[in-house]
Amino acid sequence: MRQGNRQGRSRFVLLGILAPAVIWLVLFLILPYFNLFSFSFWQNDVFTVRHEFNLLNYAKFFTESQTGAAPYLVLLDTLKLACWVTVCTLLLSFPLAYFIRFKVTRYKQALYMLVIIPLWVSYIMRAYSWKIILGTNGILNSFLLWLGIVDTPVSFFLYSDVSVIIGMTHIYTPFVLMPVYTALEQIPQNLIEASNDLGGNRLRTFLHVVFPLALPGIITGGTYAFVLSMGDFLAPSLLGGPTSSTKIANIVQQQFGTSNNWPYGAAIGIVILVLVLGLLEVTGRLERHFSKLESTSPRTLR
Amino acid sequence: MFSRISFSNWILAFIAFSVLAFLYLPIIVVVLYSFNPDTVNSFPMNGFSLKWYQVMFENEALIASLGHSVAVALISTSIATLLGVPLAFAMNRYAFPGKRLLERVVLLPLILPGILTGIAMLTFFQMLGIPQSMLAVVIGHSTFLMAIMMPQVYAQLKRLDSSIQEAALDLGASGIQAFFYVIFPNIRTAIFGAALLSFTLSLDEIPVTYFLNGVFSTLPIQIWGMTRNGITPQVNAISTLIFAFSLTAILISAWLGRKGE
Repeated sequence: MRQGNRQGRSRFVLLGILAPAVIWLVLFLILPYFNLFSFSFWQNDVFTVRHEFNLLNYAKFFTESQTGAAPYLVLLDTLKLACWVTVCTLLLSFPLAYFIRFKVTRYKQALYMLVIIPLWVSYIMRAYSWKIILGTNGILNSFLLWLGIVDTPVSFFLYSDVSVIIGMTHIYTPFVLMPVYTALEQIPQNLIEASNDLGGNRLRTFLHVVFPLALPGIITGGTYAFVLSMGDFLAPSLLGGPTSSTKIANIVQQQFGTSNNWPYGAAIGIVILVLVLGLLEVTGRLERHFSKLESTSPRTLR
Repeated sequence: MFSRISFSNWILAFIAFSVLAFLYLPIIVVVLYSFNPDTVNSFPMNGFSLKWYQVMFENEALIASLGHSVAVALISTSIATLLGVPLAFAMNRYAFPGKRLLERVVLLPLILPGILTGIAMLTFFQMLGIPQSMLAVVIGHSTFLMAIMMPQVYAQLKRLDSSIQEAALDLGASGIQAFFYVIFPNIRTAIFGAALLSFTLSLDEIPVTYFLNGVFSTLPIQIWGMTRNGITPQVNAISTLIFAFSLTAILISAWLGRKGE
């Protein structure tokens, strides 16, 4: 009987501990997401929102032309940008992570720390810094003038797709470096020695041992870079030019600002949300698939 | 420093240090040019001056927004701690329906692009009658900071031997006593580390804040506004100060992490 009493009390205690956080999350997180979903099927009226189910916002997304291009074309453009940023961040992260993991013996911790410090540097500082470096009167231009390589400032460094990609690559590289490094760090040293002992040269060891085992980290990092750059509306508006400053997240931002069409903005938001969740599902599966390979790696080594 | 020195290793080292240079160059540029007396940031620098720090400290709107940001970060971190720690404790101690789902939902604001969380909160808060204000910003920040606090504390609790709590209970401690005298000292470092990270993230947050702030301006929102109307070196000065703060925070948390091991 005491046991039962104790159990009843512990259920009561559990409720007391859980309730505040759960109520908070339902009210301020779960309901807002659901509300966004239903909002996307409503219509904008002059001063209010008409609560009437229809698919007009989604139809508009695929047909209407806004600032020259239909929003779905902007989406495709944004996906292309996100691909570029993903590739660039991976190309920068992998050699650095590989170097720290395999080539550095002393100061390893310090070097790793040096790599993740930029993660703690304010986002706005990192985005803005490229504006003063790449601008027409910026540091790169005045440096080139000073060296005498050019005699008039080059204006195309800033306000282009390239400057947006450079800025985003800089901002998101540390996010990619961490999972890639973690994956490399977990590769047992004896596996690499075994491969070398069995006559695998360095290239073969890399291709058949190191790279496959690093894949889960590469996938995780690549996903971070893709999702983060896809939803970023600040870097494009700071570093992009007349056309390159409008990515899909900027169109959403406009709907909640100057265009003032919340249901339409909600619909585009839901399109992004579905894409992101779908991508996370796929990359999550891929990651599990390659992690499974890892646990059976002695066999795949043959 | 290198385990084996060969030509390919030197190439790899060169690439690695170039990447490091790419990561640090912009930060170094901003810090250096915060001491440049000129209005235009151009090469070479034109001497050393604290002029822009003075201009920055006289910028009342900027200083006010710094105050706003610190207040929001303090309140939101406290709320996230008060809600996140019990949540982590309950997740570790009890089995209940929907636990896995809850674990994933908490993380959503970190996983999804900030703009989605921002517009979702904006539309729903309006229906609830919460205006765009400091209150809305605090609620928004507290919610996404739980995604930092809960998993960190949860991970630390999992590492903890659950028998120490049972021992405390068997020796006659009440549940509350067991928590404060036995569990809490063991997760204190994790909580402090997560709180420090939360504070820094809140201070830096833009995408959610942007949709919830109205006329209430936080520091990064204010800086963003300043950078959009052309370039002013005051931004270099304030950025350098924030960088110094972040650096201190990361060193403290690294030191704590080492102590906690």
